[in-house]
Amino acid sequence: MAEQATAVTESKPAAASGQPLIRLENVHKVYDLGEIQVQALRGVSMEVREGEFVAVMGPSGSGKSTVMNILGCLDRPTRGHYYLDGLDVSGMSKTELARIRNRKLGFVFQQFNLLSRTSALENVELPTVYAGISPEERTKRAMESLTRVGLADRAGHHPSQLSGGQQQRVAIARALVNRPAILLADEPTGNLDSRTSVEIMQILQNLNDEQGLTIVMVTHEHDISQFTKRAMEFRDGKLRRDTMVQNRLIAHQVLQSLPTHEEQAAQDDAEETARQENIKTRERQEKLTGTEATK
Amino acid sequence: MDFMNTFRLALRALARNKMRSALTMLGIIIGVGAVIAVVSIGQGAQYMVQQGIQAMGTNVVFIAAGSSRPGGMRVGYGGVKTLTVDDMNAILREIPLIKQAAPSVNSRRQVVYGNQNWNTGVTGTTPNYFDIRKWSIQSGSVFSDQEVDLAANVCVIGTTVANILFLDENPIGKTIRIGDLPFRVDGVLESKGQNVMGQDQDDAIYAPYTTVQRKISGITWVQFINSSAVSQVASVAAVGPITSLLRERHRIRPGDDDDFFVRTQSDVADLANQTQSVMTMLLGGVASVSLLVGGIGIMNIMLVSVTERTREIGVRMAVGATEDDVQRQFLVEAVTLSMMGGAIGILFGLVGSALISNFLSWPTLISGKAILAAVFFSAAVGIFFGYYPARKAARLDPIEALRYE
Repeated sequence: MAEQATAVTESKPAAASGQPLIRLENVHKVYDLGEIQVQALRGVSMEVREGEFVAVMGPSGSGKSTVMNILGCLDRPTRGHYYLDGLDVSGMSKTELARIRNRKLGFVFQQFNLLSRTSALENVELPTVYAGISPEERTKRAMESLTRVGLADRAGHHPSQLSGGQQQRVAIARALVNRPAILLADEPTGNLDSRTSVEIMQILQNLNDEQGLTIVMVTHEHDISQFTKRAMEFRDGKLRRDTMVQNRLIAHQVLQSLPTHEEQAAQDDAEETARQENIKTRERQEKLTGTEATK
Repeated sequence: MDFMNTFRLALRALARNKMRSALTMLGIIIGVGAVIAVVSIGQGAQYMVQQGIQAMGTNVVFIAAGSSRPGGMRVGYGGVKTLTVDDMNAILREIPLIKQAAPSVNSRRQVVYGNQNWNTGVTGTTPNYFDIRKWSIQSGSVFSDQEVDLAANVCVIGTTVANILFLDENPIGKTIRIGDLPFRVDGVLESKGQNVMGQDQDDAIYAPYTTVQRKISGITWVQFINSSAVSQVASVAAVGPITSLLRERHRIRPGDDDDFFVRTQSDVADLANQTQSVMTMLLGGVASVSLLVGGIGIMNIMLVSVTERTREIGVRMAVGATEDDVQRQFLVEAVTLSMMGGAIGILFGLVGSALISNFLSWPTLISGKAILAAVFFSAAVGIFFGYYPARKAARLDPIEALRYE
């Protein structure tokens, strides 16, 4: 373990470019559950620089969610320091943290977490409302953001009228609307099928490559982590592995190799017919053997 | 988040559950409506009472035969024979605060004219009684002081009596029968309407007190002395001197109860107002309980709403809503609910009191103060009962709220 950690620290500065946006210094998190105390994080130190695309991995209970909550300023470390864009946010008040979340961070969740019975446009506008931006500017920015994820024509739709992939794209547009420094994604593909997952990864890769947006994404799927540039693995509240992704997958190439939704549907149909055929043939055979047995 | 945004958000959240919002508002609607209606009825009654008291005359001091007891009055007609016209003259002579005075001797008799008959009160008095009570003559004239000295069979009648006995005929100069005696009708009084107690003041006959004392009742005393002081202050100031003078004249020993009592017009006004205020406050209090229950309804619904929207709260917090933002959102929602209820309640109250004065012909008086109070109270109910749910929403942990199913 110790050797690995050293190896990681050596490889990191070479790979990362730009300013350190995120720096955790020996962060501990203890949950006090009354009788017992749970050590969720036991001294995590890490750095994420501008323009990185990081996958945070690990089994449940590894502390990866806790790290994400702390990175997202939704929770505060019990001990240690968190510098976000050079600012020590570990000692900030709840109101200050809310402001940081509003201006510097964008969130994408597994459950999309869009407000129901509210149009896509208004969902995207939500962070700008709390930023005190004028109504005209809000709509303008929200439309820009929706255009960026290719959903400008769905602005008036409610979440229930959108597919899962479209809902997640609206959520990404919402995360981008205040032009955050970092995009935090918590299992963004967890509720989506393979092709839609890759489509979402394509959007994230584009944002990262073309606009240099820093992205930290939690995932437990190994193949999804292959779309990122760097993978961090947590276990037992500690950062165990921090490696650069070799042979990184490029989403739009993967998409070409994957069947489209129509092809997938056709293929599914074909498989289903074949299965039905099989069952029928088997039944016929069984009937035959059955009649033979009674004879 | 600015106020207009928050308000629009609140309206939309309430519109999302129209039935629920309407039912929640109903408590406030009934409460505010009831308060407005009750207060307008109370104010109407109070206004009528004030009108009635105005109609008694100005700066009037009553002296009544009988004994006064705390919590009410007891008049022993016939039992108390000590109040006389001599007492009245002594008061006029010795107490300069009193400008004029007139006795009254009451009795009830059957009165007959032609084939019409009626049972009414016959009051014996002097001509200046009508001055004291600011009561003018509609037609004809009042009997004279000479006629009082002579105990003449003359009278003036109220409009009710005139209408019943004479129908369309002109009563002036006609002779009516009071009990067994014929009386000449000298005049008809101006209509005065109901008095404070709701009695028809026009259903009365006035004759010289000497005539009533000697020929109708056969007594030497009087039941009331109606006097008028030089000013309102004087009317109150005269109570003490009148009391000591009468005690002396009636030879009442120190420590013994008076055999008369003295009331000023302002006493009566105060008493009437007090009674009315107590009634209004009582009914208003009952109505306010409904407002309280309505407030609890709002709190209940807001708590449900906070729980239902836990995830929404989590999302809002994640994208940058502060605790204050969330708290304001739910507080504005509660206040919107209660103030909309208040507005509709005011409307219902106004319509209700209009219906009451129309169909039950009770006097109502819409008071701006009551409407203002209703607006204020419904806002206060919203803030008071909305605070706890809003606080609860603001205190949610965003991580748990986002995970809430």
